[in-house]
Amino acid sequence: MSDVIQLGPLATLERVRKVRQEKIYKELLDRDTTVLFEDPLENDMVLNMGPQHPATHGVLRVLLRLDGETVIKCVPELGYLHRGYEKLAENCTYVEFIPHTDRLDYLAPMSNNVGIALAIENAMGIEAPPRAQWIRTLVCELARISSHLLATGATAMDVGALTVFLWTFAEREKLYDIFELICGARFTTSYTRIGGVANDIPDWVLRKIRQWADEFIGQLEDVEKILCRNRIFIDRMAGIGYCSAEKAIALGLTGPVLRASGVARDLRRDQPYLLYDQLEFDVIVENDCDCYARFMVRLREMRESIRIIYQLLDHPIEGEVKLNDPVHVTPRKYEIYTKMEELIADFMIINFGPPAPPGETYTAIESPKGELGFFIVADGTGYPWKLKIRSPSAANLQAMPHMAEGSMVADIVAIIGGIDPVMGEADK
Amino acid sequence: MSSLVLTLIKGAIALNVALVVAAALVYLERRISAWIQYRIGPNRVGPFGLLQPLADVLKLYTKEDIVPYNASKPFHRIAPIISIAVALSVLCVIAPASYLLLDDGTKLFIAVAPNVNVGLLFYLALSSIGVYGIVLAGWSSNNKYSLLGGLRSSAQMISYELAMGLAAVAAVMVSGSLDMNQIIASQSGGRWNIWFQPLGFLIFLVASFAETNRAPFDLPEAEPELVGGYHTEYSGMKFGLFYLAEYANMFTASAVMTTLYLGGYDMPFLPTLLGLQEGTLPRVLFELAVFVGKVSVLLFLFIWVRWTLPRFRYDQLMNLGWRVLLPLGLANIVITGAIVFFVR
Repeated sequence: MSDVIQLGPLATLERVRKVRQEKIYKELLDRDTTVLFEDPLENDMVLNMGPQHPATHGVLRVLLRLDGETVIKCVPELGYLHRGYEKLAENCTYVEFIPHTDRLDYLAPMSNNVGIALAIENAMGIEAPPRAQWIRTLVCELARISSHLLATGATAMDVGALTVFLWTFAEREKLYDIFELICGARFTTSYTRIGGVANDIPDWVLRKIRQWADEFIGQLEDVEKILCRNRIFIDRMAGIGYCSAEKAIALGLTGPVLRASGVARDLRRDQPYLLYDQLEFDVIVENDCDCYARFMVRLREMRESIRIIYQLLDHPIEGEVKLNDPVHVTPRKYEIYTKMEELIADFMIINFGPPAPPGETYTAIESPKGELGFFIVADGTGYPWKLKIRSPSAANLQAMPHMAEGSMVADIVAIIGGIDPVMGEADK
Repeated sequence: MSSLVLTLIKGAIALNVALVVAAALVYLERRISAWIQYRIGPNRVGPFGLLQPLADVLKLYTKEDIVPYNASKPFHRIAPIISIAVALSVLCVIAPASYLLLDDGTKLFIAVAPNVNVGLLFYLALSSIGVYGIVLAGWSSNNKYSLLGGLRSSAQMISYELAMGLAAVAAVMVSGSLDMNQIIASQSGGRWNIWFQPLGFLIFLVASFAETNRAPFDLPEAEPELVGGYHTEYSGMKFGLFYLAEYANMFTASAVMTTLYLGGYDMPFLPTLLGLQEGTLPRVLFELAVFVGKVSVLLFLFIWVRWTLPRFRYDQLMNLGWRVLLPLGLANIVITGAIVFFVR
């Protein structure tokens, strides 16, 4: 009966699901890849971790083939949070797509906002004024700290130190309060606009940011004190999830995961954008290639981000926060209400989108998770013909099977914490 | 006959005290963890949230009891009963105070089963039976995570019982008895075993953490890896019984440690200074207070450690048990034996 091909959308879905399952199980039971582990007693067990599992950071599904507690084979399955953003982008004007980027890496939405704004401006051949660039650099670093705080806290929680998770969460709450003061939203910020940012940051908010930064270093030291000299924590993290520099480059890893493998690649320094070429900061590199190195890279990067934030706050750039370019940038509200030309420009931008000249551009920023790139194929209209998102989480997750094989079940959660994937970004 | 009635009454009191202590511990754990984590903790139900445990129990009682399809139902049902029964029955050998001198000159011992000449052995034996509750729960649930949790706990308990037993042997060598009351009597006047057995105390403490499945040894229920471990498939009051058993175990482990190493209800000098005669009611109340105080310190340690340390990995746990604690325990016995032999 099963050989009879049934028709209808449900039957098709069922077939797709079946083929998919068979593919996963075939890969899982592939014996050619497991040289070290023989199984004379046939005591293997296939364990399905996720997509509803407390430690898989969202809806990541990991299939494990276990021998006792040892992982023989690991197959991550992605796609449970797929919302079709790349296709959606083709049906949005450039302006309309910015809020969608909040939902990519939802732990650092500011960073994504800046990424898409830079990509669209690059496609259009315009550049935001200096004050906007200064603000963008500032919020990027705040977003980096926010994301790294969650990564370190979640890693600690996964190996059992629940308290650290709540400490870092308390700090993130303060950051969210700052985001709220900056743009009015705590989580889905949508702060950037084409050619600038939505609004200026007033001085009293900047003073709040400085005050927060002063206190933050002390909190960070608390986290370091409770974990970095803790024998149990180091034993759980060091030597786990090894990924050599060659393998990391071959797999296309970026961000803290790559830098923890000893490769000093940071787009902020290698392809400077915004104000990064004028700022002084170190590219953090650890050479141990394991989960502990990834953890340490994130911890130390937070200190570098604080350093950058201090430099920015010490040398503010004054001026306009939005470019005066009626073809691409929406004019200010009072201009729309009082002037005819600006009203027409606003109407055109909102309804048909700001036109980008035909061509292909790729713009990448160093998001907290790694290289976040937007490849835009423009056809002269206000809609992208194609918008491809190069999301760091998806690329970094490729290393998971390589890191997990031969480790134990308890290491899987440490490895996931070390990669720090955000499924909103990996599944797009 | 009257002694049987008396024992039954004492047993009923002990059971109720243990359950109240377990409930109080749940509350304290939540408040202390909140304090450690910059939170507030339960403060809505009753004054300072003191009625929170009652609300929790009420909630658990009214929950649906779900048994998974294909689970082995008899074992699934019996597992939590084993856990809680073992945790509570250990209480009968614990002596929280010495005795009350009655008018007719007989001594009314406060312990439920006083002067049992195998008191400590009874504790060790029953605490090893406790593992059956967890293994059966893990196996009967028909769930891979539960199974892994059950397997982990059996391996963990067997390896840590050895270290625990060895540490207890050294303490018994110093005290010269297995009877809980005798052990306490031998430590009277501040000659607590912890001064002579610091290493033994450490080993016993670490092993107790492992025996009670508390962090950093809470591998059988490691939530990031195994969801809920052996009690993943339990709901309602069956889950509540496991929960209660964990806290009752914590309480009994602390009580046994107090008895073995911290002199039990003994507090040097103070009773004589206050003029409390042995056998009188004030003296018994004083001894109870001392016992409760010492147990509270250990219980706070249990909670404090849980919210500070990360969790061990399975193989690291085994390494610690077999390669560190077991040799240390053996060395401790040899050294203690030599000193006891030559000094006495």
